[in-house]
Amino acid sequence: MQMTMSPTARLILAAVIALLALAAPYVIYPVFLMKALCFALFACAFNLLIGYVGLLSFGHAAYFGMAAYITAYSVKAWGWPTEIGILAGTAVAAVMGVVVGVLAIRRHGIYFAMITLALAQMVYFFCLQAKFTGGEDGIQAVPRRPLLGVLDITDNHVLYYVVLAIFVAAFAVIYRTIHSPFGQVLKAIRENETRAVSLGYRVERYKLMALTLSAALAGLAGSTKAIVFQLASLTDVQWQMSGEVVLMTLVGGMGTIFGPVVGAFVIVGMQNYLAEAGEWVLVIQGVIFVVVVLAFRRGIVGELAPRLARLVRPGAQATDTPQPARLTSDAR
Amino acid sequence: MFELLGIPPQALFGQLLLGLINGAFYALLSLGLAVIFGLLNVINFIHGAQYMMGAFVAWMLLNWAGIGFWPALLIAPVVVAITGIVIERLLLRRLYHLDHLYGLLLTFGIAIIIEGLFRYRFGSSGQPYDNPLPGGHNLGFMYLPNYRGLVVVASLLICFGTWFVIERTRLGSYLRAATENPTLVRAFGINVPRMITLTYGFGVGLAALAGVMAAPIYQVSPLMGSNLIIVVFAVVVIGGMGSIMGSIVAGFGLGVIEGLTKVFYPEASNTVIFVIMAIVLLIKPAGLFGTPR
Repeated sequence: MQMTMSPTARLILAAVIALLALAAPYVIYPVFLMKALCFALFACAFNLLIGYVGLLSFGHAAYFGMAAYITAYSVKAWGWPTEIGILAGTAVAAVMGVVVGVLAIRRHGIYFAMITLALAQMVYFFCLQAKFTGGEDGIQAVPRRPLLGVLDITDNHVLYYVVLAIFVAAFAVIYRTIHSPFGQVLKAIRENETRAVSLGYRVERYKLMALTLSAALAGLAGSTKAIVFQLASLTDVQWQMSGEVVLMTLVGGMGTIFGPVVGAFVIVGMQNYLAEAGEWVLVIQGVIFVVVVLAFRRGIVGELAPRLARLVRPGAQATDTPQPARLTSDAR
Repeated sequence: MFELLGIPPQALFGQLLLGLINGAFYALLSLGLAVIFGLLNVINFIHGAQYMMGAFVAWMLLNWAGIGFWPALLIAPVVVAITGIVIERLLLRRLYHLDHLYGLLLTFGIAIIIEGLFRYRFGSSGQPYDNPLPGGHNLGFMYLPNYRGLVVVASLLICFGTWFVIERTRLGSYLRAATENPTLVRAFGINVPRMITLTYGFGVGLAALAGVMAAPIYQVSPLMGSNLIIVVFAVVVIGGMGSIMGSIVAGFGLGVIEGLTKVFYPEASNTVIFVIMAIVLLIKPAGLFGTPR
């Protein structure tokens, strides 16, 4: 965590989180946990762009949904092993990220958001019309083949630990990226792009790499989701899905490492809890959007982390508190 | 009758007219977006919802109060514009000092709320709205329904009227000046915050007016706006955001291209505008009529 904390406290916290994650499926319905983990990974991938490069992508559903389709189709129709299917979905999402990046990175701020949204809508129409996606039905009953040929993942408890492992691995990749020299350049671009250019960084190339990584991880989340729910459908590529991942990240805290995870659990939990409420879920999500944008722009983690840090080490000035997500200011 | 590339002229001109009508709505909506963006620096994601509200207010006036199409053409935009002004005063105004992306996120949230409420009340299916101007003319090569012809003409008049007001009148020059440098314009004694509010109301009113005009052509449905707004975003990117004329030309032009695609290669009709957007971004990233900043 970014807050100032003694190594021992850090270790204890990590141990507690690890124990909770390992014990969770015996307390909470594992399918819910897997769904939350998939969306947490999706939100973390999205946060890599908005939180650390300052690019608001409004089309992340395209990578998520397309990867889900690719995985579901290759596993079901071609009989590919599960792990190859997931890799294929992730790879396709990465390629899409490169294509979208080459087009969208030419514009900044609001334009970037609009262009990614429009390109994602194009992907949606493609999925609506293409034969292999199964149209309105989607691809259903995707088989859960044994992982690596040995691990039986038809058992939800086993699959939970697989999903957890995927999530932790991807989260580690994101963590390393953010804390690498590459991540520092990304933050520099977020803070002051002109300056980064004048320092000799090829900003466009960095943005493209970040977008590709983010798209690939969003794809990994979609592919995993397709295996968990044995389903890929149009819901996954719709613009509402892009909006949902924005909401999760916003609620949890843009530009914080754990924020998107918290946000994903909150929103998925809410959807689960309110499943009966039908259209009201949409309205409530909209209200949360408005309230967070107006009053809690730093999100749950962004608001709580500095206070928690002061609680753990009273008197210490929180020097490394999470930045409130500063978006690029050259939005025109 | 002559044939063109194996396409019967009835089908060709029919789709061309449909394209022109779609284009009329693209132009009206992207014009409103451009006017709002010019002064507020906010991409108004609620625009699609406000278009839908315009259509629904007209529908409610007809079914609940017995007020017909022609009065609704005036009443509905005013009603929706007032709700827009309330939104601007209470919510949007708080975000002007922040990054513009927050304005996009806020309006996105409001759009979901409005759409959710209408879906809760009216369901997802469409409601019919009677054609106020039945009949049509046979032009020899095609049949032109009166109302559809009127929509195209009215949209052109509104678009060029707005262009004239903004580019050629004193009021428009105030607006353009406030876009460039609001502080200086305030120093000249012009109430810029009020101008911003009224501009937002005007842009929203345009969207609602488009909604009323769309009601007899398309079904009045809670989803009619959200499906349209993303296409309009692409139109805006193609035309170039800064330009009023750009949004008008791009709106009509892309509507026609979409209509022609339906004739010659129907599979691509949904995606052709996005493909054009991608090409324009490669060749001229600022948009066809935009100026690079």
